[in-house]
Amino acid sequence: MKHTISALVENRPGVLAKISGLFSARGFNISSLTVGETEVPDVSRMTIVVTGDDRTLEQVVKQLNKLPDVLKVIDFKNEEFIERDLLLIKVSATKETRREIFEVANVFRANVVDISLDSCTLELTGKETKIQAFVKILEPYGIKEMVRAGIVALARGKK
Amino acid sequence: MELKGSEIIIKCLEKEGVDVIFGIPGGSVIPLFDKLYSSKVRVILTRHEQGAAHMADGYARASGKVGVCVATSGPGATNLTTGIATAYMDSVPLVAITGQVATHLVGNDAFQEADTTGITRPITKQNYLVTDVRELQDTIAKAFLLARTGRPGPVLIDIPVNIQNETCKFDPHKKNIEIRGYKPTLKGHPKQIRNACDLMLQAKKPILYAGGGIIISDASKELKKLAEKLNVPVTLTLMGIGAFPGDHKLFVGMPGMHGTQTANYAIQNSDLIIAVGVRFDDRVTGRLDKFAPHAKIIHIDIDPTSISKNVSAHIPIVGDCKVVLNQILECLKNKKIEANKTKDWLKKLDEIRKQKPLTYRKDSLLRPQFVVETLYNLTQGKNVIITTEVGQNQMWAEQFFVYREPRTFLTSGGLGTMGYGFPAAIGAKVARPDREVIDIAGDGSFQMNIQELATAKVNGIKVIVLILNNRYLGMVRQWQELFYGKRYSSVFLGDLKAREYWPDFKKVAESYGLIGLRVEKKKDVEPAIKEALKAKETCVIDFRIHEEENVSPMVPGGASLDQILELA
Ligand SMILES: Cc1ncc(C[n+]2csc(CCOP(=O)(O)OP(=O)(O)O)c2C)c(N)n1
Ligand SMILES: [Mg+2]
Repeated sequence: MKHTISALVENRPGVLAKISGLFSARGFNISSLTVGETEVPDVSRMTIVVTGDDRTLEQVVKQLNKLPDVLKVIDFKNEEFIERDLLLIKVSATKETRREIFEVANVFRANVVDISLDSCTLELTGKETKIQAFVKILEPYGIKEMVRAGIVALARGKK
Repeated sequence: MELKGSEIIIKCLEKEGVDVIFGIPGGSVIPLFDKLYSSKVRVILTRHEQGAAHMADGYARASGKVGVCVATSGPGATNLTTGIATAYMDSVPLVAITGQVATHLVGNDAFQEADTTGITRPITKQNYLVTDVRELQDTIAKAFLLARTGRPGPVLIDIPVNIQNETCKFDPHKKNIEIRGYKPTLKGHPKQIRNACDLMLQAKKPILYAGGGIIISDASKELKKLAEKLNVPVTLTLMGIGAFPGDHKLFVGMPGMHGTQTANYAIQNSDLIIAVGVRFDDRVTGRLDKFAPHAKIIHIDIDPTSISKNVSAHIPIVGDCKVVLNQILECLKNKKIEANKTKDWLKKLDEIRKQKPLTYRKDSLLRPQFVVETLYNLTQGKNVIITTEVGQNQMWAEQFFVYREPRTFLTSGGLGTMGYGFPAAIGAKVARPDREVIDIAGDGSFQMNIQELATAKVNGIKVIVLILNNRYLGMVRQWQELFYGKRYSSVFLGDLKAREYWPDFKKVAESYGLIGLRVEKKKDVEPAIKEALKAKETCVIDFRIHEEENVSPMVPGGASLDQILELA
């Protein structure tokens, strides 16, 4: 099972190492980890997607809470939340296929951000499932390179 | 007040009530040692940084105060790590101060540079690299706060040499510091306390399973009150030894791999385990899916990550042991307690205790258990602190001595660090000069920090080292004997051809200007220990014990607590 957890942490050197070190030392499986600034300058938000059963998740949350550099842990299991990932993908595109690819992009509301003679690069924001579907559709054209930024998440509604 | 970084460190140490530190200087802590030279803080120069860390640890365990050790950058810092990891596993309050190369050199593979905060990240409760002298005062305050509160542990502060020389304002009246991401829960949830009390009142075969958390939170009195009030037997983990009187009629001994038959029976057959300040270590539980199959579990601990990590608790209670035990006692105050409810259970346990006591062969051979027993008979366990090394010696020290008070049995439980006992004894003696401090040692382990004999000599610190010398890495040999067909691979410490003993520990002690004794016969045990107790200087006794003695009983690794081998 995949779980999304968000942690507000001290924005100082070494904190990312502490958290990633904790995950590897305890054998927790990270499928995505992102760090970014928040509305408070000295606080960063980490969004971590872990794979594991409920027991593992419980340990992950407890272990994170135990670190003095972690200010708050939000386990989205019990909350409604919005999550987004960002994809940049470079697909082979000839004069003949370019049109088709643009159509696909249009349906997915992806942006075309770069074009060359034999390829084009698209940008897509969305949930994991949407991104996966998009990549799958583009596969037949030939994916030259792609990168995902990792998942970011926020709880819905009021803070 | 404008002060240099090195002076700020001293001021902070004084403010935290530090009266002694253990360590070795080097290039990147020279400014600090320069200020220590003229400060009131006592510096004990050790012969190895590992010794310094274990001494600070022994000091902390014996006194309950924070132990402090200091080392230079690079090799000094890496030498501390075994001691830091030892303290981490056993939740010992420790502050380690390390020098670091100058800030402009950090990350450049400078001379004697090591990524100390990187290396110690998984073995410290928290660590800091100070990159601005203005942060020094707060950082040190935070380090001490973290080390001593909540679940205690080691905190490391890495201080580049230039920071020690830079100046900034120091505020002597600064009020207590807070760490926003750190708020240990002390009080148990009232509803959980009520539920726990209900279970305790119903149980017919309950057992109190208590550990180091009791000693750390100073909850021995409360533990005894609860045990006596409910008439519940008590088992103590290796870390908990001393938290409950070892000669109390409710005490059933230690559980687990080398625990008593009674304690293991009690756990396996109990209907309620009241776990306080313990973490269900694998050396205690044995095979997890066969552990205490009939028991409901109440688990009280200050560290939420310890609860339901290995064994899931029916009633988890996060809180300080002392606070929670008092809450429980309060809750039980107005309840009717049927004192007879556990009568049959206690009777059964008494029977097992009589039938299967801890024992050994009482023949003419010099056996290690006899040495430990004689030490007990001579001291009655009064006014002593026992430290141990790791291996068979550690188990015999636990089994054949009676501990009645907390902070009288200091041992590396979690990490199992050979070489711990002797420097820890020195640290304990510094904390408690009024006590006789005795390291019950193995010949292998003692050699891992034997150089600290010089520290004991030069500083006039008197401890006693009783070497249970089997000329083997005995515990490993025991496993090889039992589980690897007696193939004694790399465990014999003597000379295979000449069958001689190396080193001659008596001569080693003497070469340090200390007292060395050798005992080969049973009848000489008592006079030798008496002499050591009377001596004014550190005394090392080399007991040439029966070589292939085993620790008994034993639950083989990975077996369930019902599968006990009697080896005596
Ligand atoms: C630093 C370290 N290295 C290795 C071990 C593995 N080990 C556990 S017990 C033991 C033997 C200890 O020998 P000794 O100190 O003579 O004690 P004995 O078991 O003979 O009483 C060893 C090697 C350890 N615990 N610590
Ligand atoms: Mg030995």
